[in-house]
Amino acid sequence: MFQFIVRRLLQLIPVLLGVTILVFSLMHLTPGNPAHIIAGESAPADTIKQIEERLGLNDPIPVQYFNFLKDAIMLDFGNSWRTSLEVSEELWPKFWVTFELAVYSTIFSIFIGLIAGIISAVRQYSFSDVSIMLVALFGLSMPNFWLGLMLMQWFAINLGWVPATGWGTPQQVVLPVITLGTMGAAVVARMTRSSMLDVISQDYIRTARAKGLKESIVIYRHALKNALIPVVTVVGLQFGSLLAGAVLTESVFAINGMGKLVIDRILARDFPVVQAAVLVIAVVFVFVNLLVDISYKFLNKRIDLD
Amino acid sequence: MSEEIILDINNLRTSFFDDDGEIKAVDGVSFKLPKGKTLGVVGESGSGKSITALSILRLIDSKGKIVDGSINFKGKDLTKLSTKQIQHIRGNEISMIFQEPMTSLNPVYTIGQQIRETLKVHEGIGKEKGNKRAVELLQLVGIPSPEARLKQYPHELSGGMRQRVMIAMALACKPDLLIADEPTTALDVTIQAQILELINDLQDNLGMSVIMITHDLGVVAETCDYVAVMYGGKVVEYQDVISLFKNPRHPYTVGLLNSIPRHDIDVEDLEPIRGSVPSPKNMPKGCHFAPRCPFATDLCNAEMPSLDHLGDDSDVRCWIYSDRWDGDPEVNVVDQKTTS
Ligand SMILES: Nc1ncnc2c1ncn2[C@@H]1O[C@H](COP(=O)(O)OP(=O)(O)O)[C@@H](O)[C@H]1O
Ligand SMILES: [Mg+2]
Repeated sequence: MFQFIVRRLLQLIPVLLGVTILVFSLMHLTPGNPAHIIAGESAPADTIKQIEERLGLNDPIPVQYFNFLKDAIMLDFGNSWRTSLEVSEELWPKFWVTFELAVYSTIFSIFIGLIAGIISAVRQYSFSDVSIMLVALFGLSMPNFWLGLMLMQWFAINLGWVPATGWGTPQQVVLPVITLGTMGAAVVARMTRSSMLDVISQDYIRTARAKGLKESIVIYRHALKNALIPVVTVVGLQFGSLLAGAVLTESVFAINGMGKLVIDRILARDFPVVQAAVLVIAVVFVFVNLLVDISYKFLNKRIDLD
Repeated sequence: MSEEIILDINNLRTSFFDDDGEIKAVDGVSFKLPKGKTLGVVGESGSGKSITALSILRLIDSKGKIVDGSINFKGKDLTKLSTKQIQHIRGNEISMIFQEPMTSLNPVYTIGQQIRETLKVHEGIGKEKGNKRAVELLQLVGIPSPEARLKQYPHELSGGMRQRVMIAMALACKPDLLIADEPTTALDVTIQAQILELINDLQDNLGMSVIMITHDLGVVAETCDYVAVMYGGKVVEYQDVISLFKNPRHPYTVGLLNSIPRHDIDVEDLEPIRGSVPSPKNMPKGCHFAPRCPFATDLCNAEMPSLDHLGDDSDVRCWIYSDRWDGDPEVNVVDQKTTS
C-alpha cells in the first residue's frame, strides 16, 4: 500500500511537468503583450520596455519556462503581475472557496445519488424507480448554469428563501451546491441503480438470504459494498467535470473563487497567477484520483495494487 | 414408511410471471424425506429441481411465486410462515449449498466474516467465540490450516475449497436439513468425489437429513437413500434407491439409467434419451414425457397421469401402471431398445 502511494506520487512529476508546459505555451502563444496590458494601452514605449525587461519577457520562451520551473519547485510562484501581491496570497482564499464548493457538491452528489440509486434498484420498475430515473435524466441533460439561474429565480428571487449570490453563510451555500451537485447526483444514481441490479442477481446475494439474514442487511452489507466499486470510479471521474462546472457556477452566483480568479487573470495576462492556479487544480485532480484508487483497494479485495 | 418424516412436500406449484404469462417451473411436486436420510432429486436440466429447492426456503426471486401446495417441515407449513419466521429457519434449521462455489461467496468479505455472520444472526455469537467456532467448522469440512483461512478472501481459494467453506457455513448452526443443489457439478471429478464423501460423512456424524439435487444417477447411487425423479416440473417416480436401480418403473427413469456410462457395458450401447426437455412455456398437453417416450399411446398424449402409489414405498406417474392403460398389456419398460 505504502509503495503504491509513493509510486503514484512519483507519477505526479511527469503529469505536472506536462501541465505546466501546456499552460505556459498556451499563455505565451495567445496574442496580446502582457506588458501592454499591465501598463495600459497608452503607456509610452519606454515604460513598456522596462516592464518587459523586469518580467523577463524578452528572454527566449524556454528560458522563461525554466526560470518559472526553478522557482516553482521551491513553491515560489512569484508575485502577481497585476496586483504585485504574492501569488499564494492571491490564490489561497479563492482556492478554499472553490474547494468548499467542490467538496460540498461532491458530498451532495454521493449522498443523494446513492440513496436514489438504491431505492430505484430495490424497487425496480416501481413508481419511485421510474420517477427517480426521470428526475435523474433531467439532472443529466440540464446545463448547469441554466439550473443555477432557475434555482436562483425561484428560491432566491420569487420565494426569497435564500440569498441569490455570494458564498459563506449556510444559506448562500445551498443553491450553488445543488447547482453543481445535481449532475453528479444523477450520474451516481444511475450508476448505483445499474450496479445494484447487477449485484442483487449474483449468487452470493442468494447465499446471504439463504443464511437467514434480514433483507436490509442483505442489501446494505452484502449488495451495496460490491455495488459501490464501479460507483467510486464514476465519482472520481465526475470530480474532473465538477471543477469545470465550478467555474460556471461561480459566475452564476457571483462567487469569488478560483474560477472567477482564473478567468479574470487570463484576460489580464497575469501569467504567474494563472500558472499557479492551473498547477493547483492539476495537483488536486491527481490526488482525488489517488484517493479513488485507494478506496477501490479497500472495497475490492481482488485488486492488487502492487 | 415407519420413520419420522422431516419434510413432506405436497403438490407444490411454483410459477414465474412475466409479460408472456405464467411459466410453470414446478408443477405439482410431492415427496417425503424421512429424518436422517438422503433424498436424491434427479432429472435433466430444466426439470424444476432448483426451483423446488429454492421454494422450500422461499428464495424464489420476485417474479416467481409459490402458487399452490404445502411444504411441511417439522410440523410447520413453510409456505405459510411470515418473512421473519422463514428467515429464522434459513441457515439455522434448513441450510442450502449451491452449484457454483466460485460465485456463491461474497468476494468482499473474508471467510471468517462470512461464517461468523451466520453464527451471529442465529445464535448471537460474537467475534471471538465466532472465530473459534469458525475454525472448528473449517476443520470439520477438512480445510487445512483453518486459522489462516479465516482471514482470506474467497478469491484466494480454489473451487473445491470454496465449496467446503459453503458447507462449513451451512453447518454452522447444526441444521436438521441440508439442501445441496448440484454441489459438485462445477468441480473436477476428483474433487467431486471428495465433496460427496464429505457430505456423506457429515450426515452420518451429525444425523442431518439431506436433499441431494443432481442430474447424475452415479451421485444418487453413491449418496442417496431415496430418489425422486423429476421431469417437466413434476415428480415422475419416487422409490428407495435400491429398488430404483433394480426395478425402475417410469420409462424416463429407465432412459436415465440407460444413459449412465458403466464399466460392464460398451460405450456404443449407451442410449441417451432421444429428444430434449420441453420448455415450461410449451409443455405437452398430456404426459410431459410422452413425446420422448417409446411406449406413448393416445391416452399418454391426451391426459397427464397422476402420481400413484405402487406397492410399498414407490410412486410412479405413468399410465402403464393404471387400469386405463391402452397399450401393450405385457409391456416391459426396461426393454426399450426393441421398441424404440
Ligand atoms: N427466474 C426465472 N424466470 C423464469 N423462468 C425460470 C426462472 N428460473 C427458472 N425458470 C424456469 O424454470 C424451469 C426449471 O428450472 P430449474 O428448477 O432451475 O431447473 P433444474 O434445476 O432442474 O435444471 C426452467 O425451465 C426455467 O426455464
Ligand atoms: Mg438447477
